[in-house]
Amino acid sequence: MSALLELRNIWVEYGDKVVLERVGLQLAEGSFVGVVGPSGAGKSTFLRLILGQEAPTRGQVLLDGKPMRAECGPDRGVVFQRYSVFPHLTALRNVMFGIECAQAPFAARLFGSKRRSARDTAVEMLAAVGLEHSLHVYPAQMSGGMQQRLAIAQALVKHPRILLLDEPFGALDPGIRLDMHALITRLWQEHGLTIVMVTHDIGEAFKLGTRVLAFDKRRVDPQAPHRFGATVTYDLPLDRKSLPPAALIEALGGADFPQKDLA
Amino acid sequence: MRPQRGVRLLLGALPIVALLLLYLIASEARHADNPADKVLPTFSAMTQAIHGFTTDRDPASDRIVLVADTIASLYRLGIGLAIATGTALVLGLLLGVVPLARAILGPVIAVIAVIPPVAVLPILFIALGLDEASKIALIAIGIAPFMVRDLTSFTANLPAEQFAKAQTLGANSWQLAIRVALPQLMPRLIEALRLSMGPAWVFLIAAEAVASDVGLGYRIFLVRRYFAMDIILPYVAWISLLAIAADTLLLLVSRRGFPWAHGAGR
Repeated sequence: MSALLELRNIWVEYGDKVVLERVGLQLAEGSFVGVVGPSGAGKSTFLRLILGQEAPTRGQVLLDGKPMRAECGPDRGVVFQRYSVFPHLTALRNVMFGIECAQAPFAARLFGSKRRSARDTAVEMLAAVGLEHSLHVYPAQMSGGMQQRLAIAQALVKHPRILLLDEPFGALDPGIRLDMHALITRLWQEHGLTIVMVTHDIGEAFKLGTRVLAFDKRRVDPQAPHRFGATVTYDLPLDRKSLPPAALIEALGGADFPQKDLA
Repeated sequence: MRPQRGVRLLLGALPIVALLLLYLIASEARHADNPADKVLPTFSAMTQAIHGFTTDRDPASDRIVLVADTIASLYRLGIGLAIATGTALVLGLLLGVVPLARAILGPVIAVIAVIPPVAVLPILFIALGLDEASKIALIAIGIAPFMVRDLTSFTANLPAEQFAKAQTLGANSWQLAIRVALPQLMPRLIEALRLSMGPAWVFLIAAEAVASDVGLGYRIFLVRRYFAMDIILPYVAWISLLAIAADTLLLLVSRRGFPWAHGAGR
């Protein structure tokens, strides 16, 4: 397996506050990486770094062996916990958005046969996430689970090299969350995706991931807690049947993390 | 407890009917004292006055007085609102999306917004003359700063996630502006316009009262000299009707054009 994404000795600092320090790792193509850690341990910063929303203070991010520019681009798709879909577009138009942007740089709208083919692609993608009956529905009329399905379809239509998920199922009911786990697993396998998922739910990370990264602070200075950043404290390859080691659960706050999904 | 539609309309009409009755009683009482009273004219006197200004012709334009006044006022109001709306749309989008533009133009707009518009009316009359331009300018200057600021803060507060998502879908800055920010701005623009209609009428009538020879505000202030309440009251009612019609029209346009902004789509 080749390294799709490589981080070389990354530091992220805001002023004198160190958020991430000495993060170095490689992500293999086709892996499903769960990222866990307590609040404020730089999980989201790590995700924004890969997304290109944020630039490292020191270090390098390489995508396919080439240095990545610190801006969002179509080679990385993303699904946030909220606000991932456009409220003013129907489900179909939300998914067509990515195709329209690429093919019509000025008008950002397509006509004629190009439009029909974009529509067909979008309908196919919506069917893949189970929204084939909600083509003309606005996001405000959808449940949280449907909105996240739509956000996934919208991202996948661009065939991103990496799909980034930022607590995508955090706001959903437990039952819906299980459906979403099945959906994302199926899409990951069928489309050969590489996924990085930040989650609060350690059980979810171990259930879905082929690898789990835990972020935490190694060193704490009680006088100046902001001077030490978080880094990768656990890096566990999984066979998708592994259980989280007791020490990790302990380090992440133990009982706060529901494990019933693992059963 | 939520009353049904019919009951709701009836309940809403009650205070209006009560006010009319109150007026009727007060008017009768005053006329019993003094048959020549001009302050609270009877409904029959008003009907007569209405007949007068809907059949008499304005000597300047040879149009029926009410029609001439209405056309002149709506023309000024319409152009003023159009200028303000266009300015608000362009500047709101620009300032909301480009932080640099906000840093440069934000303070100027904030300063203009706190100047009482009617205080600059003499300046407008001196600079633009007593014709239409000064009246239109007063309306535009009066409401545009509020609309620009409202739309700027709305655009700037659109979730950053939406812009990041659009960029990962391959959108460039132009596409972000016209496909993500602009469409979401439109219902807010109509909302801001609806809120600005009240002040716009105030500025129109103020400008017409000071220097004009036709217009709804001009007429009211003209006949005020003769205590002609029988003309003023129907004119005020007519202006209110026009305002309600404009508001209803804007709401309808917003519901039809942007169903997603009104809770549900069709």
